[in-house]
Amino acid sequence: MALIDVRHLTVDLPSEDGTVHAVQDVSFAVEPGEFFGIVGESGSGKSVLVQALLGLIPGARVTGEAWFDGRDLLALNDRDLRSLRGSAVSMVFQDPLSSLHPQYTIGAQITELIHTHRSVSREQARTMAVDMLGKVGIPDPTSRFGFYPHQFSGGMRQRVMIAMALVLEPKLIIADEPTTALDSTVQTQILELLRNMRDEFGVTILMITHDLGVLSRVADRVMVMYAGRRLEMGPRAALFAAPVHPYTSGLLRSSPANYTPGADLVPISGRPPSLLEVTTGCVFTPRCPQAHEQCAETPPVRRYSDGAEAACWLDVSGKAASVLTDTAAQAVVNSHPAAEPAGDPVEPIIRATGIEMVYRNRRRSSARVLDGIDLTLNRGETLGLVGESGCGKTTLARILAGLIEPTGGTITLAGRSTRGLGRAEWKAVRRDIQLVFQDPFGSLNPRRRVGSIIGDPYRIHGTVSRHERRSRVQGLMELVGLNPEHYNRFPAQFSGGQRQRIGISRALALNPAVIILDEPVSALDVSIQAQILNLLSSLQHEFSLSYLFISHDLSVVRHMCDRIAVMENGRIIENAPTEQIYRAPREEFTQKLLAASTFNTAPVTEIARTLVPVVAGGPGLVRENVA
Amino acid sequence: MKLSRYLLSRIGFGLVVLFALSLFVFLLFYLAPGDPARAIAGDKANNELLEQVRQNLGLNRPIGEQYLSFIGNLLQGNLGFSFRNQLPVTGIILDRLPVTLSLVVGGVVLWLAIGVPIGIASARRPGTVRDRAGQTFALLGISFPTFVLGMMSLYLLYFLPTRAGFPIFPPSGYVPLTEDPLQWAWHLILPWTTLALVTAAIYARLTRGQMLEVLGEDYIRTARAKGLTERRVIYKHAFRSAMPPLVTQLGNDVGFLLGGAIVIEQVYGLPGIGNLAVTSVQAQDRPTIIGVVLVGGIFIVAVNLIVDLCYVLLDSRIRTAS
Repeated sequence: MALIDVRHLTVDLPSEDGTVHAVQDVSFAVEPGEFFGIVGESGSGKSVLVQALLGLIPGARVTGEAWFDGRDLLALNDRDLRSLRGSAVSMVFQDPLSSLHPQYTIGAQITELIHTHRSVSREQARTMAVDMLGKVGIPDPTSRFGFYPHQFSGGMRQRVMIAMALVLEPKLIIADEPTTALDSTVQTQILELLRNMRDEFGVTILMITHDLGVLSRVADRVMVMYAGRRLEMGPRAALFAAPVHPYTSGLLRSSPANYTPGADLVPISGRPPSLLEVTTGCVFTPRCPQAHEQCAETPPVRRYSDGAEAACWLDVSGKAASVLTDTAAQAVVNSHPAAEPAGDPVEPIIRATGIEMVYRNRRRSSARVLDGIDLTLNRGETLGLVGESGCGKTTLARILAGLIEPTGGTITLAGRSTRGLGRAEWKAVRRDIQLVFQDPFGSLNPRRRVGSIIGDPYRIHGTVSRHERRSRVQGLMELVGLNPEHYNRFPAQFSGGQRQRIGISRALALNPAVIILDEPVSALDVSIQAQILNLLSSLQHEFSLSYLFISHDLSVVRHMCDRIAVMENGRIIENAPTEQIYRAPREEFTQKLLAASTFNTAPVTEIARTLVPVVAGGPGLVRENVA
Repeated sequence: MKLSRYLLSRIGFGLVVLFALSLFVFLLFYLAPGDPARAIAGDKANNELLEQVRQNLGLNRPIGEQYLSFIGNLLQGNLGFSFRNQLPVTGIILDRLPVTLSLVVGGVVLWLAIGVPIGIASARRPGTVRDRAGQTFALLGISFPTFVLGMMSLYLLYFLPTRAGFPIFPPSGYVPLTEDPLQWAWHLILPWTTLALVTAAIYARLTRGQMLEVLGEDYIRTARAKGLTERRVIYKHAFRSAMPPLVTQLGNDVGFLLGGAIVIEQVYGLPGIGNLAVTSVQAQDRPTIIGVVLVGGIFIVAVNLIVDLCYVLLDSRIRTAS
């Protein structure tokens, strides 16, 4: 019998703009001991779904059934539900720093949970907590018991969260993006820990993520959600190797982690629908490359012999389905030949030698953030800069852009040293180097219209007359795929991907030679990421731009870059052409980074599938539990 | 290690502020127009008498010397001599301190007891009738000038009942706590309530804003996911984090009021420090004015020091910095 059996779950959230239909008619069952993954982009309803199960969303209207251990969670009263939370079902959240109370020690937070559900003495609770901290790999748990969350690193904090989730030996752990806020090597450790805990305690894990790569490594079965619906569900091998639903294959194709050298990313065009209206038929139709008239009607759930299920009119039984070869051909491929350096390859556009950055504080101690960085960026090339958080990559980017002055070393820009430049000279130099930032929400002033944001460089540098500015800005908007008629809108009226396009067009305004891209797609959904990455490479070809591409995500970097520089603790430890790094990484750290970023799916080319007859039931649910 | 250094630096900073204040006040005394000797000796005094007064007070010594002796006296707790009352200023202020202290302490307790729960209740269900009512109260409290509320309460609760022959509250005055605790409280109820109503509004708003912010934090979701009761989530987890800004505000208000709750003391005829400030300004009694200003400054510095100490207790990041 399934440990948790969710049937026809629908969650409506009242909001100022109307009712948000966050989850619509979703059914799934998780077997005891299973590692079940739910994947979806932002707004797919995956987090709302699990939080609604535990009654954690105030004001939500939840209908359907959710059978857990013989009881319907949705029918329980507050008190009974509360007694399950933390003891029978526990949760691990995305950001372990903000998810732990900053003013209580981790020990106090864990024992608080124990005392809430069990009547044990203080000493017993303490012993339980210390034991569990040790089991999840916290060194010296007895003394760490009295530490505050800020005294741990990100990975250790997540271990604390996991210890708290496990301490009462629950039957089910719901992990909501447990690795998203962590560095990739730490991600791997946390995933391993979760899987080991599953094996050791027999706990069932329900993990939510936007990252297919993460699930490809750990999940037994995966459910794909989109716009509040369940589009596909199936065993990991089948789903990653031969997805049934066009959305799943679209996601896989647009993920740079699924890289085959020479191939281009195939983004899913368009963007997710508004959840304020209930669409009839398949929600994915407007973005689906295989849509036809039938898709206006509610699709059936087809079930195949290998366990795959999809709500789609396509019948893939008997077909040899493969993500990358078969269906890719049908999509519009935004293709460019591999980057060929434009201009004079002999003279690098940026040459940095011996860059050092040392921060001193008043008490003698100093922090060496950058330690002798040598770096060249050739014309027309994309150089990837990878490393974990805190390794100094953003500091380096700011130094190269002239935003902060290094404490040592020299930088030459197009053969000209930047040392001792005056204000006016720097201003001229800055035209050649532009920045695109990570956070498309924080990097645009919300009170200013998009047209004037993009036009800022013209105003600051006085290069274009007032009258001409508008047409130039609209030209830029068109270039990056924005509607020029949206000139007078505010940033809030654009989606994340569109905002990043705004940032890119602002960077392009002055025809720079170099654009420094600081994590330009990290805040975006996979399908949108691919759109932006493709835009960046087509712009590079059109304007012979040089890119310095900073990222923590090696798969993105591999897709974009000609060369990769790996940073660790303020040094560049390895700097080589991309494929060389991938085939023969020299440094141990690079190998670790690589291992943490690959997709763990063997491409299956031949799958013989047969359709399994479905017992009559409502759409969206296979009634296997009906006797 | 670092903690004691932090506290020492706060104390040092407070001393610097007090020193600057003493210098400022002294210069005010020295440079202000009008002859202090004439103020003491009276209009009809002849030159000889004036000269003698100056001699006695050391007014014709060089300014640096005068400042040193001023500081020297200050360090011994001697704030000078009130010409008007013919008494040492220190004594006058110490006499009036219990009045202001009683008023402020009672007021603080009452306004926290009113304002904070209203703020929490509003934040728990924003947008509901309960929240709107709380906010309306806050708006009314903030818009009412203290003296209007004071006059109104005197009229409604003292004047009307007394005229009708049923006196409920005494009109004014102060009875020391040591003399008769019941009468002490009885005389202070109206001043306390007035002070509390005016101030509680600010605290209700501040609490509501802070709580709303904290309730949106991830760790509140964690607390709920742990299966804690809503009560515990609100008070143990959310309110704990909402406290520091409240403490800061409280420090400012208490420090300021201890230097003299002028309006309330005037309205209710309480012989506190605020009342002393008003009368000594009217009488141009410079030593007393200086004393009042300095004592007010000492209170503000002292209360802020306590606030800094509270931060250490409230914030694990300060406490564990090493």
